[in-house]
Amino acid sequence: MKKIFVLGALAAMLAAGTALADTSGKKIAFSNNYAGNSWRQAMLDSYGIVTKKAVADKVVGAADVFTTADKEVPTQAAQVQNLILQGYDAIVINAASPDALNGAIKQACDAGIVVVSFDGIVTEPCAYRVVVDFKDMGKQEVEQMAKFQPKGGNLLEIRGLAGTSIDDAIHAGILEGVAAHPEFKIVGSVTGDWDQTTAQKAVATILPSLPDVVGVVDQGGDGYGAAQAFAAAGKPRPTIIMGNRQDELQWWKEQKEKDGYQTWSASIAPGVSTLAFWVAQQVLDGRTDVPHDLLVPYLAFTQDDFEAALPKIPKGGVASHEYTQEDAVAAIKANIK
Amino acid sequence: MLRSLLPALSLALVLIAIAWLNPRAISYFGFSLMLNLAIPIALATIAQMFVIAGNELDLSIGTFVGFVGCVTATWLKDAPLLGVVILLGSIGVYALLGALIHLRNLPSIVVTLGMSFVWQGLAILILPKPGGKAPDWLLALMAFKPPFIPFPIIAALLIAAVVHFGLMRTSYGVILRGSGGNSAALKRAGWSLLRTKIALFALTGLFGVLSGMALIGITTSADANIGNGYTLLSIAGVILGGGEFVGGRVSPIGAVIGALTLALAASPLLTFMHIPPDWQVAANGAILIIVLAARVLISRRER
Repeated sequence: MKKIFVLGALAAMLAAGTALADTSGKKIAFSNNYAGNSWRQAMLDSYGIVTKKAVADKVVGAADVFTTADKEVPTQAAQVQNLILQGYDAIVINAASPDALNGAIKQACDAGIVVVSFDGIVTEPCAYRVVVDFKDMGKQEVEQMAKFQPKGGNLLEIRGLAGTSIDDAIHAGILEGVAAHPEFKIVGSVTGDWDQTTAQKAVATILPSLPDVVGVVDQGGDGYGAAQAFAAAGKPRPTIIMGNRQDELQWWKEQKEKDGYQTWSASIAPGVSTLAFWVAQQVLDGRTDVPHDLLVPYLAFTQDDFEAALPKIPKGGVASHEYTQEDAVAAIKANIK
Repeated sequence: MLRSLLPALSLALVLIAIAWLNPRAISYFGFSLMLNLAIPIALATIAQMFVIAGNELDLSIGTFVGFVGCVTATWLKDAPLLGVVILLGSIGVYALLGALIHLRNLPSIVVTLGMSFVWQGLAILILPKPGGKAPDWLLALMAFKPPFIPFPIIAALLIAAVVHFGLMRTSYGVILRGSGGNSAALKRAGWSLLRTKIALFALTGLFGVLSGMALIGITTSADANIGNGYTLLSIAGVILGGGEFVGGRVSPIGAVIGALTLALAASPLLTFMHIPPDWQVAANGAILIIVLAARVLISRRER
């Protein structure tokens, strides 16, 4: 296994062509501002698995995780400053605020530290940002819908947490998709907050006022709730796009076994933390051509492969994916224009 | 004697622990980084100290700091005159609160808890999503690098000295503390308790404004929720610094030292200890409890 890894790393270096430094002595810290939900727990788990192996394989010297006690900005700013003092070479960060940490991030950059943000990104130009292409995810939902419902029809849209950039991006993608597929029409829109219970209530409330709906486009964490609402109202079951949650995929499996129900599932993998880690490692490795904004793909499941992934997801959890160094090299390559 | 030395002693202990865990932190650069976020905490603690001197409690100081931060990062930069007016107006609101609490004999905890939602709501109205930018002069001030002694230490000394002189060494300072210590005697001597309460709350507002501005000078940009943690930190800072909830017994120097101790114990010490991530959140709380418990134990033995 180790040999494969070393070979892989070697191949990666060759592919990169500019690998200059040895990163085995480098220390990477992870600054995290919150650990209180299943997605964040999965994010920390994935990060732990990948970094422990990276340290054992001597790819990096140390990879420590620091979580703040509250979601507060000043606490995390102080934490970043302490990490600077600790002498870390790179900081991977899931930030409490896109703007208000910029002062501390700039201090880190000035101290020669590589900063890679993901999920909760920072806008300070000197930092790197690993961003999931949510807009494409929204667009892809409609593309997939067109496969399952070739005749088109009415769609119901479930939105995420209002005022967030993620909700905005997915929504924009869905609108773009509908514009490209005029056979679909969005007849209703509700706010589900990425939460099954909220989504179920919202869908149940709007259902009586809607014409027949052939499909539901949503943002993940709301598909199972929508399915429950349709069943409770006695309405025909539409094609509901799923969001990689365990309960959603479980429901999908039950429906598939019953009558061959078809749909598609996509969401951001909590393991994107590991991709940020590898990006930091690549920059420490001496790569100077890494773009500061990296758009990375989301994690999607289709009719054929979701059942294989299902047993690996903990109950109440979400599907994750641990990225490898090669994934990071590929992602960097895809983003170099 | 031990009582007044205790805040300094706990600060020294935390510093020794940090020096032992990470010698690199004990340097000009290290102190500048570790302590600069302690300045706004120290200012917020002083703000809290004024209301505590009058036997009241301010549960809105955290969101007020956040509100000031949002004003600082938006209006104070784009329309300085309007910004100054709003900030002065908010100090006026604090003075009015003091009058209201005194005249209607309302519990300050209830009034300020209500106000905390008002300040939070206003902050979100000003900055619905994080952003804005601190005025350049403020950025320059907070990034000031004096020779030999790091700026945060000079700022802390200055804050402690000014407030100590004002509250402990002037005659009106004695009246202000007296309003918490023995208000009946003060009233009989012919002093207006309404006026002392207004003065104490206005001073709280003033130092709340300074705290918010200092915070934005460091973070460079604002967030409506940026100060929420300061409410409890400031109360803990006053108590740690030798203050009491009743009786007008407060110490400005102690409060500043208490704020520095809290800022150091909660974050740098914890980061340098390499605690597993699952335990970090709990360890943060445990450190606070240990530090505060030690202070209570020693001051009890003295009685």
